[in-house]
Amino acid sequence: MTSRKTVLVLGGSSDIGRAAARAFAKAGYDVGLAGRDVAALEPDASDLRARYSVDVGVYRFDVLDTASFESFVGSLPALPDVVISIVGLLGTQDSAQSDLAHATTIMRSNYEGPSLILGLFAEKFLGRGNGTIVGVSSVAGDRGRASNYVYGSAKAGFSAFLSGLRARASRGGVHVVTVKPGFVRTKMTEGMKLIGPLTVEAPVVGDAILSAVEKKTDVVYVSGKWRLVMLIIKTLPEAVFKKLKF
Amino acid sequence: MTLVSGWGRFPVVDTDLLRPRSFEAVGGAVADVTGSVARGNGRAYGDAAIGAARTVAMTGFDRVRSFDPATGRLRLEAGVLLADLIDTFGPRGFLPFVVPGTRFVSVGGAIAADVHGKNHHCEGGFGRYVDSIQLATGEGEIIEVSREQNSDAFFATVGGMGLTGVILEATMRLRPIETGWIRERVISASDLDAAMRALDAGDTATYSVAWIDCAARGRSLGRSLIYLGEHANKDELADGADAFPVGKNPGLSVPIDLPSMTLNRYSIRAFNELYYRMGARRAGGSHVVSLYPYFFPLDSIADWNRIYGKRGFLQHQCVIPEAGARDLLGDILDRVARRGDASFLAVLKKLGQGDGLLSFPLPGYTLALDFPVKGDILDFLDEIDRLVVAAGGRLYLAKDARQSRATFEAGYPALRRFNAIRKSLDPNGNIRSKLSQRLFDEV
Repeated sequence: MTSRKTVLVLGGSSDIGRAAARAFAKAGYDVGLAGRDVAALEPDASDLRARYSVDVGVYRFDVLDTASFESFVGSLPALPDVVISIVGLLGTQDSAQSDLAHATTIMRSNYEGPSLILGLFAEKFLGRGNGTIVGVSSVAGDRGRASNYVYGSAKAGFSAFLSGLRARASRGGVHVVTVKPGFVRTKMTEGMKLIGPLTVEAPVVGDAILSAVEKKTDVVYVSGKWRLVMLIIKTLPEAVFKKLKF
Repeated sequence: MTLVSGWGRFPVVDTDLLRPRSFEAVGGAVADVTGSVARGNGRAYGDAAIGAARTVAMTGFDRVRSFDPATGRLRLEAGVLLADLIDTFGPRGFLPFVVPGTRFVSVGGAIAADVHGKNHHCEGGFGRYVDSIQLATGEGEIIEVSREQNSDAFFATVGGMGLTGVILEATMRLRPIETGWIRERVISASDLDAAMRALDAGDTATYSVAWIDCAARGRSLGRSLIYLGEHANKDELADGADAFPVGKNPGLSVPIDLPSMTLNRYSIRAFNELYYRMGARRAGGSHVVSLYPYFFPLDSIADWNRIYGKRGFLQHQCVIPEAGARDLLGDILDRVARRGDASFLAVLKKLGQGDGLLSFPLPGYTLALDFPVKGDILDFLDEIDRLVVAAGGRLYLAKDARQSRATFEAGYPALRRFNAIRKSLDPNGNIRSKLSQRLFDEV
């Protein structure tokens, strides 16, 4: 065992997950990568080992399999110092409007699963008296919009969960970070029309997460422009807002 | 379909831009259509990294597979940028042996163009430090090529502009370094003869390059600043300096296309005059500088290609064999100075023998010039090409967007051999770029 700090990344094969893992490994953390497909995590684990000479473990984790969460946490070789959930599913708003199964998957992937697993880690961290929890939520959760309210409402629930958890856990030495990345060029957003000046690359999000953990920031809008954009969107009167199609 | 161009932003081409997520998907993407080529970070200036029909984006493949600090041997995916390698392995005491003038190129692109640096005269090009390459052929088959195994395909792939297949992975060697600093010596040369003498005297320096004031005429024609460099040892650093400097992201950027009149003969002459005078003041002694400004002076300005306006620009880079180089360089510089629209990027370097079949370098002098796309520039460059070919020289494919087939065929005598190897790897001709359509492929 080394005396280095450890970070566990849930959703480790996503572009933001890979970027976050690199940022923490570069800063000297040992890394755990967790995801549904362990084989897909191996190349990234080798990448981190070769680049930064850190210890990297890979673990199977399925955010929809909530029944396995207790045993997942129990099976880890050690409780990490930092846990980051990047798990999420954008889904398709059009299908989610009529396909209840699809809507359920979006809600469970973005709200139920991430909240439950981070809540579980929070209990362990509080028992130990320290630790940092990072939830990657979304600006889409700041106000439900016509074009993505199924996803947005799940992210809103996740943001609210993190907010409450932060208030409670801060008294027990555990810090909770909410990250709202805005547009990021990733596999998830491939093919979407992204607005250039509001779009960042995944490594920028990875660095922002590391910085938020080190500085104990509460809520991070990766690009400051998004804080302004969402402030405007949130303050529009409902009578005006409901006429907008975006 | 997506509009894509090279760094020169000329030409702009509509292409089917794919971003496969696995090597199998790369193989499938090239095998099921006629006319694909790989694209790295898009720093080739012209049409080299744009497919005839489909363009396969490779920057998502950015993983390091393994690294052995005992030997400096590295296995990595082709989409890793040299900037990433320098930032990751520099602090651990390793750098690429060869870096071009920008660090924002992918390893796959660096192999495909067999890029050279300021040390080509003594240490060769990027391909010399590549031991093996994994390739997806036009048939979608994944093969490994090296100096020992499939050596014909290896030497066709180094400098082969991506036309032997998609470079997926490579094994390469890194240079052990004590620090990330360079001991630089600046020499001011009042004319072309002095500049060439200084470069010749710099043959023993690891790094050497000359920046030429291409607005100077008459007796000052070819006046230059020559930058020689050596890797600095720890005991040469100022007290308290980190052994490896911090690489900053570009601090300045060019956010919009500047109007094409921004660069005119007056602004260019003023810039060159100022640059020469500032540099000449530093000439004489030696001092220690960070590797970043030494190797990558233009990387500190993001999107500098936009200063040429939205019609884009052409970089003309030729190499001229040693014999006859003096007269021809003088002739070209004189023609450029008379036109008045060459830009601040005029660089003169010495090159050694290239390694790949189509590698650009040959023993002699290479001159790189930038021109905005306007007026009679294409005719002017055709005239320069005729002089270069007559002197036994050639043009750099990674910079090219406009040379003729005749110029290309005259400059690259190994072309027939290359085409035969290409045909054996890709009998149906699935790998085709805009550049290969323009210069290589049967019509």
